[in-house]
Amino acid sequence: MTDIQTAPPAPETPAPPASRGGRFVIFGLSLSLGALIAWIALIALLAIVALSMFRNAQNPAAEGNVAPDFTLTTFSGEQISLADLQGKVVVVNFWASWCKPCEQEAADLETAWQFYRPRGDVVFLGVDYVDTETEAMAYLEKFDITYPNGADLGTRISQAYRIKGVPETYVIAPDGRLAGARIGPFTSLAQIQAMIDPLLSP
Amino acid sequence: MMQPSLPKFKSIGWLVLANLVLAILLFGVAHAQKSEPVGVTDDQINAVAKQLYCPVCENIPLDVCPTQACAQWRSLIGEKLAAGWSEDQIKDYFVAQYGDRVLATPPARGLNWLVYIIPPVAIILGAFILYRAMRGWRQPASASRQVETGSGSSGDEYVTRLEEELRRR
Repeated sequence: MTDIQTAPPAPETPAPPASRGGRFVIFGLSLSLGALIAWIALIALLAIVALSMFRNAQNPAAEGNVAPDFTLTTFSGEQISLADLQGKVVVVNFWASWCKPCEQEAADLETAWQFYRPRGDVVFLGVDYVDTETEAMAYLEKFDITYPNGADLGTRISQAYRIKGVPETYVIAPDGRLAGARIGPFTSLAQIQAMIDPLLSP
Repeated sequence: MMQPSLPKFKSIGWLVLANLVLAILLFGVAHAQKSEPVGVTDDQINAVAKQLYCPVCENIPLDVCPTQACAQWRSLIGEKLAAGWSEDQIKDYFVAQYGDRVLATPPARGLNWLVYIIPPVAIILGAFILYRAMRGWRQPASASRQVETGSGSSGDEYVTRLEEELRRR
């Protein structure tokens, strides 16, 4: 058996620190700087995702809620603010010239507008969604639409109302609250009147 | 008497037919000019269109989107190019009309910054975690190798003492 060279016992040295860098103790957990940054980044990311999901879950355009305010710049350059129409029933119709179902209700909407127009307490507004002005103007001319219409600039109005497509119509009561919504086209004048009439004072 | 006048009628007939063909051709050309802006090719339109997305058809670039809405947008791009607008001017116009979300590359402002920051930060963080983990795996492996070889000189103190005790007996 060969003589094995043995090293003298190592002197008792203090235990090295768990990390070379400084450590942070949070809620009883000892974290290195890198781990701390990683946790903060992860929590911040989760918070942003949660906030986004929470906002998506909320529907500001639900019946009974105050209708999201907006200002519509009409094709003729006039600015119409929803806030200025308090005390009136407002019918907000989202449409587009490329939308075939919109054509189904175009004539009925114009007829309804002509029906309520003399009263003065019902306002129709057309919001042209993701459209080109030339085609939009041709559409308005084709269906003889006379109530105010304008482009949804920056798609801000459609985003505020969380529309899923066109056509969609929102009826706002005189107190500024959403009284009803129609997803898809109206198929008759009676359907439009059924949404407006209960909101009118006799 | 009728015989000599026949060629004349024939030539008039050919003349009318030729005029009709010419009229149809001219009408066709005029029609084509109306639907496609003068001096602008489809490639030029698509070069701009592929940088845009129509909000109606999510995740489909405008240059390949088959809907009528997108066809109208491409036509609009053609009109703007024919009017001498630059690519940036057209994109700015579309952003003003339809919002930031029409852009294929979101502008670096507001929450959009996250799109640019998160991927590189995640890669760097992942690499760092991997580096730390690999270093952790290598240390125990090298320590166990030293125990197996039994060199003892700089290895486990317990093994060294054990060997020393055995040698004394």
